[in-house]
Amino acid sequence: MSNQTAEGAGAARPHRQPEPLLPEGDVRVSANVCQAAGCLSMGSEQLFENLREAVLAKGLDDVAVRRVGCLGLCAAGPLVLVPEQGRLFERAQPGGPQGVSELIRSLSGDGDGGRPLATDPFFSHQVKVVLERCGTVDPERLEDYVATGGYEALAQAVGTMTPDDVIAEVVRSGLRGRGGAGYPTGLKWRTVAKSAAPEGRFVVCNADEGDPGAFMDRSVLESCPQQVLEGMAIAGYAVGANRGYVYVRAEYPLAVKRLSSAIRQAEHDGHLGRDIAGTRFDFQVEVRIGAGAFVCGEETALIASIQGGRGTPRPRPPYPAASGLWGCPTLINNVETFANIPAVITRGGDWLNAIGTERSKGTKVFALAGAVTNTGLIEVPMGLTLRQIVFEIGGGLAEGRRFKAVQTGGPSGGCIPKSLLDMPVDYESLAQAGSIMGSGGMIVMDDRTCMVDVAKFFMDFCREESCGKCLPCRVGTEEMYRLLERITTGKATRAHLAQLESLAGMVKATSLCGLGQGAPNPVFSTLRYFRDEYLAHVDDRACPAGVCPITQESPGMPVEGALAGTRRSGGAS
Amino acid sequence: MASTTVAGRPAPSDDKRWRQVDVRMRRLGYRPDGLIEVLHTTQEVFGYLDDEALSYIGESLGVPPSKVYGVATFYTHFTLKPQGLHTCVVCAGTACYINGASALLGAIADKFAVKPGGTTADGKISLLKARCLGACSMAPAVVVDGDVQGHMGPGQLVKLLEEL
Repeated sequence: MSNQTAEGAGAARPHRQPEPLLPEGDVRVSANVCQAAGCLSMGSEQLFENLREAVLAKGLDDVAVRRVGCLGLCAAGPLVLVPEQGRLFERAQPGGPQGVSELIRSLSGDGDGGRPLATDPFFSHQVKVVLERCGTVDPERLEDYVATGGYEALAQAVGTMTPDDVIAEVVRSGLRGRGGAGYPTGLKWRTVAKSAAPEGRFVVCNADEGDPGAFMDRSVLESCPQQVLEGMAIAGYAVGANRGYVYVRAEYPLAVKRLSSAIRQAEHDGHLGRDIAGTRFDFQVEVRIGAGAFVCGEETALIASIQGGRGTPRPRPPYPAASGLWGCPTLINNVETFANIPAVITRGGDWLNAIGTERSKGTKVFALAGAVTNTGLIEVPMGLTLRQIVFEIGGGLAEGRRFKAVQTGGPSGGCIPKSLLDMPVDYESLAQAGSIMGSGGMIVMDDRTCMVDVAKFFMDFCREESCGKCLPCRVGTEEMYRLLERITTGKATRAHLAQLESLAGMVKATSLCGLGQGAPNPVFSTLRYFRDEYLAHVDDRACPAGVCPITQESPGMPVEGALAGTRRSGGAS
Repeated sequence: MASTTVAGRPAPSDDKRWRQVDVRMRRLGYRPDGLIEVLHTTQEVFGYLDDEALSYIGESLGVPPSKVYGVATFYTHFTLKPQGLHTCVVCAGTACYINGASALLGAIADKFAVKPGGTTADGKISLLKARCLGACSMAPAVVVDGDVQGHMGPGQLVKLLEEL
């Protein structure tokens, strides 16, 4: 503790970037340049500088140039948003088709350049709660967040509500955990608040976004880290915790940097730390950086990792809500869940409850990727159909390819076929279809993707990421991988296929944690909807998508021989 | 003279980089649960974790060597071998996979005879495979010496690495 105080006292006002070019008089238009990882890698830092210089050189004294977070349409970066004119400039790099000169021309005039947002389906279908400030505030400027109503919810909660009031509001909102499982958030908060805590409680933000193909949490942390911190502080007040941790993947250095800077600034201005908003409520947040283990997204493994150990899960109960970090009651929510909280407090639980479907309330952020035209980050009300997401928001498939499936929920999820495109996207419908909501990765696959190969890809992932603690997962994922390897190389028989199905059922039923329990899901869902592709590999020794390296000679022995061999091994087991 | 920790343990050598490790451990109050944080710092300053570093950290934090080794080998981010001059991380997440990440790894294997987790014989390039960089909108993506580069092709990547 003394350490903390000494550091706090020694720190000067947090380092701020050079002030963006903000005119002294009224701002007529602003150019919001995306500074999230996607656009940065396409040169948006340089674009920001070029634009600033050009605006100065032209003497445009009513144009503001700002750095902002993710603008969503990552496929077409670097992006510049002109909010006053409702226009988005794509691939806005110097020398590109829409270089700075077109931007400058549009900014100085009536704004006829770029892509109009109001009529564009990519934007018009979206409802932004979590991403409300992405694209309007500078992720590294606390002032921007506060100027758009930031930390009002925290002040309102600690100043005018009791912790029970706060929990009641979250319960009323119907918000469910956005990390994947969809557990009711208010209920979890109440359990933590009620658990006896002689040595205090903790709030943990799970930002170990490990699902391949998911980048929602990364974008939120890179675009508006303060909103997540505010949600955590409100949670801390509600459950009676004074300390919080954000567990972020090491693969997200920019998110770590912006989050750390956000914590320093919020502590400096009294939104975090001691006596928040003039009350006796204290809340301190620390960042913990993961070290590349997918299983650490599982809550008990995450706790083990924060405590400095190997990230292996343990059986539940006790749940972390009763016994978590250092045995204390611990509230663990995902980044997106916390980012919903400020709006729930200021606008009320009923407001969020009015968005979405019967049992899935509010919005969901999805990372749209794969064979779709508009790859990027979107936020939609629960209950929109997959077809609307893929074909209207996503703009359909790239290069006129044919849609085959959309994969949701990462390695624990499944592949949803064309016949279910009109299904509403909510927790229940996705589960019924054999997939899960998951954290929000949505990968579109076209006719060039082999579904058996996809199942093998996820199994390879799970066998490498299995922590090795429980046998069904450690050995089962490896064996399932070998069977899939056999199928994709044309060395399998129907008996192998049956063995795969039975093993998948066993691993699902007997694994210790979500990693093993979910690992068979990609196999189940591809078998359910794309069994013909499996059969083509097994019976015809052919890969319909032309992906798998099957050569007609490869079995090495005639089919009858292979069958006989299998029968023998089947009899022995 | 070797720098000394508050806990009284001399650093393994005069290398000034140990000071950064010591500062990190002091800030964390030498708590055993700060192990992962300290391993991060040590790898940042030295590039990898050798036996000397692992035992020094273990002794300073009061963590048994078996546990330090167990943690260092559990997490894929930590490496116990020195890395090459340059690093190339190929993302093998779902979006990159279906957009041709295997072709990138194949091209590197053909040209530089190195597999993920390995370093070229001349010690120039270390190749790593990432689970997902979250750069899915630019699939397939690679990170060369910290710079994320999207929409990569096999030929383009080989050329990029040759020019390092």
